Amino acid sequence: MKQRKMNGYLQAGLLLTGLLAALILLGFFWTPYDPSAMSGGEKFLGPSLHHLMGTDKFGRDIFSRVLQGAGTTFTIALCTVAIGAVCGTAIGALTGYFGGLADEVLMRLNDALTAFPSILLALVVISILGPGKKTNVILALGLVFIPSFARVTRTAFAALRDVNYVKSARLMGASSGRILLVHILPNTMQVLLPAITIGFNNAVLAEASMSFLGIGVTPPDASLGYMLSEAQSMFVSAPWYAIGTGLTIVLLVFSVGLIGEGLQRRDKGVA
Amino acid sequence: MLEIRDLHVKFHTRDREAVAGVSLTIGDGEIVGLVGESGSGKSVTAMSVAGLLPRKQCDYSGQILLDGAELLHADRAVLRKIQGKDIGVVFQEPMSCMDPLMKIGRQVEEVLRIHTKLSREERKTLALEALRAVELPDPEGVYEKYPHELSGGMLQRAMIAAAIVARPRLLLLDEPTTALDVTIQAQILDLLKKLNREHGMSMLFISHNLNVVRKLCARVAVMQRGVLVEEGLTENVWSNPRHSYTQRLIAAIPTRNRKEGETHG
Repeated sequence: MKQRKMNGYLQAGLLLTGLLAALILLGFFWTPYDPSAMSGGEKFLGPSLHHLMGTDKFGRDIFSRVLQGAGTTFTIALCTVAIGAVCGTAIGALTGYFGGLADEVLMRLNDALTAFPSILLALVVISILGPGKKTNVILALGLVFIPSFARVTRTAFAALRDVNYVKSARLMGASSGRILLVHILPNTMQVLLPAITIGFNNAVLAEASMSFLGIGVTPPDASLGYMLSEAQSMFVSAPWYAIGTGLTIVLLVFSVGLIGEGLQRRDKGVA
Repeated sequence: MLEIRDLHVKFHTRDREAVAGVSLTIGDGEIVGLVGESGSGKSVTAMSVAGLLPRKQCDYSGQILLDGAELLHADRAVLRKIQGKDIGVVFQEPMSCMDPLMKIGRQVEEVLRIHTKLSREERKTLALEALRAVELPDPEGVYEKYPHELSGGMLQRAMIAAAIVARPRLLLLDEPTTALDVTIQAQILDLLKKLNREHGMSMLFISHNLNVVRKLCARVAVMQRGVLVEEGLTENVWSNPRHSYTQRLIAAIPTRNRKEGETHG
């Protein structure tokens, strides 16, 4: 980690994500119009200064809806990654550092889980927990995201287990917990942070696909995926709905992706 | 103070015992050198003393007593209380022994953080004192630096500072000068001598270089293939080596006026 320098990817990513996050945060408190207020006289209006992304067939302001929907998507993705990263890192750290039978069993289980497409797994969890609730979507996706994080951190912890400075810490009489948290964890950040950004993007896309398929968020909550499925039915009469929503997803994934790319390049020193 | 009694270590993956019955004592304030080529078992002996033996991967027997307390078969929890506090360790490569993301000061303090309940200020005072004791220029500046900002020689001094900050009774030095260039080597040796004189710290100095050992240690033990082949006062061993292996080791040291017959041993 000799160079902690910023690079173009990282700067652009942080800037874009920051802007989006600010907009989304704003959307929690204020939107130009009430996202669910219908207005019979303003159906199918194209994008204009009054309605930045136009209106839908109920006369609802799409920009306001996108702001709110992006908020839902963002929250779900963030919570999902948090669950996946925290639980995955804990499992990966313990199995990677201690090895042994628990390691073998958990990692084979991990392999088995990876064999299923993540959406399918989430579908199974949703059908157990019950559909429609935001917390259930988060829980389902979070569970599905644990294995990939566990795998990444396991490798990092196993690699650092016998590194000299960890041995030194052991020789100072540090407890295993202290070694894991203080001496190894900070040094796994170079792999963990990019994994988190990638995980976040996957979570955005997974939430969008689930809501699109109707097993994710349901009204009155709106997420970008749900709105995309709604936009599908009025693609001919109001194409700006699908385009506005779709582009927002793309932009969100793109900016966070830039951060991930920037982090990886910084660690490789390619800049 | 340290007594190794009939230590045997055999790794499951090897046929031969890595250490085959080594007995060695170190007195209070004594510096003992342990010499031998790679694979002679000197590092395994040190690892056993430090409690770094991978217990599941080897068979071991014998006794290691530190002031009467048994270490070889001790419980990990018991061992942890001794490691760092009573036994300090310095390894060969200072660069890889430092956590790249932790400031030098924090790493020097780590032992105190583990073993004592001192306040942050008290820890910093002791850490700065240790950094000063190893004769690092600008201890306050070094305290705030990251490992990559220091040279190898400075890092090795910082490592020694980290090893002595809790005033351990025994310092294990596993080839601490091998990775350094010759002038720095000499400085580090002088520093170790000074620490030994001023704090009465006992040291076990492991090296493959008999010449370095001769400058530092009053007593030396020579190991070959897991066995102590010779042990005694360094000057006696040096001037009158009895075992043929020791003779060859001495003959291998390049000197300006080498006596005839020692060239090929």
